[in-house]
Amino acid sequence: MTMLFHRFANPTRFLRLAAVIQPWMAGITLLLGAAGLYLGLVGSPGDYQQGQSVRIMYVHVPAAWMALFIYSSMAISAAVGLIWKHPLADLIAKSSAPIGACFTFLSLLTGSLWGKPMWGTWWVWDARLTSMLVLFFLYLGYMALVNAFDDPQRGIRASSILVLVGFINVPIIKFSVDWWNTLHQPASVFKMGGPSIDPSMLWPLMLMAVAFNTYYVWALLVRVRAEIIANRIRILRLKQVHG
Amino acid sequence: MIGFVQILRRDLRLAQRQGMDSVMAVMFFVIAVVLFPFGVGPEPNILARIAAGVIWVAALLSSMLSLERLFQTDYEDGSLELLTLSPITLEVAVLAKITAHWLTTGLPLIIAAPLLAVLLNMSVSGFPMLILALALGTPSLSLIGGVGAALILGSRRGGVLLSLLILPLYIPVLIFGVSAVDAVIGGFEAKAQLLIMAGFLLAALPLCPWAAAAALRQSVE
Repeated sequence: MTMLFHRFANPTRFLRLAAVIQPWMAGITLLLGAAGLYLGLVGSPGDYQQGQSVRIMYVHVPAAWMALFIYSSMAISAAVGLIWKHPLADLIAKSSAPIGACFTFLSLLTGSLWGKPMWGTWWVWDARLTSMLVLFFLYLGYMALVNAFDDPQRGIRASSILVLVGFINVPIIKFSVDWWNTLHQPASVFKMGGPSIDPSMLWPLMLMAVAFNTYYVWALLVRVRAEIIANRIRILRLKQVHG
Repeated sequence: MIGFVQILRRDLRLAQRQGMDSVMAVMFFVIAVVLFPFGVGPEPNILARIAAGVIWVAALLSSMLSLERLFQTDYEDGSLELLTLSPITLEVAVLAKITAHWLTTGLPLIIAAPLLAVLLNMSVSGFPMLILALALGTPSLSLIGGVGAALILGSRRGGVLLSLLILPLYIPVLIFGVSAVDAVIGGFEAKAQLLIMAGFLLAALPLCPWAAAAALRQSVE
């Protein structure tokens, strides 16, 4: 396992592997995404209470899942990068951040669009919404820090520590916001459709979730490859300058 | 332990001789709070309702003002490198510097807070709890802020970056600090809030100096 782990620390080997995986990920994303969207937007019934706006859920819920998933995978990559000085783990953490921030923003945006017809307002200080907003700020802080140094390596190291601190804090923030919300606003409007969800709705949801996941891998591979190539260009330029 | 005391005394002496830092932080605190009646109107009831929250938010912001300089001056004149090379454990040194920051910024804020509470027409029954909650909360703020201050060393646009990094992490302290004061004013017990804040402090006490020291080691590498 450790052998395998260090085997792919070599960027050239990774680039070769990435070139093989990437088209597959793109294909699965497009295929499952199209199927999920078709089932979600056309093939599934509207909700008996929410009507047609329930279809926003097929984008909203997987995006929220991805927002949390990507932050966790960033924390794991950051830990691996700090402990074993694994160069690829560093790049994965760095390249995941903008994707995760986009998913967080997407889930906030779709939530807001859903909230307008359902609750009659674009935004409520619901516990769930608020913790997603804080997660979005954590992503922004990470991205600001990673790009704030002249030496990219230093930026990655500093932001790896930050993402680990944030990762410990996410459950604490979630708990605090839940407490705060129950104090201020005891009757919550928001209740997810209950534990039983009809298969006609579960299928598109799961398809979209898988499609979002493969999209993440696809976008991540593109970004990491770009980072590696940019690094090489930088080194070549430096060599040219120094003769 | 000797190292801890020495660094603490050095930082306090520096703050006393050259720094207006703690005075500036308190002045910012007062001015920020005084702005609120202009913003929301002078009705005593409204002011009393928002007093605890306003004081806490202003305290967060003003304790952040001097954070940027916590390690910056040492980083620039090279004493930070000596500190990492010295036999004192870096975590202990960081804890000493954070303690000095709290003594020069957090403590004056706690002293100024009751005065501002009077200006905002806060119910007198909440005063002891406001002081107690600030006394439990501001050390956590300094500890979390220390990590942020260590992370931004050597970066471009440090100050704004610092606020983006650590303000989201301050939210739990803010929530429980305000809720403790509001609970007492409303006639409830605030023991749960105080225990949770003490828990934050106890968790931050070992973890934050550790993370900050790791960040400092990266910065002088």
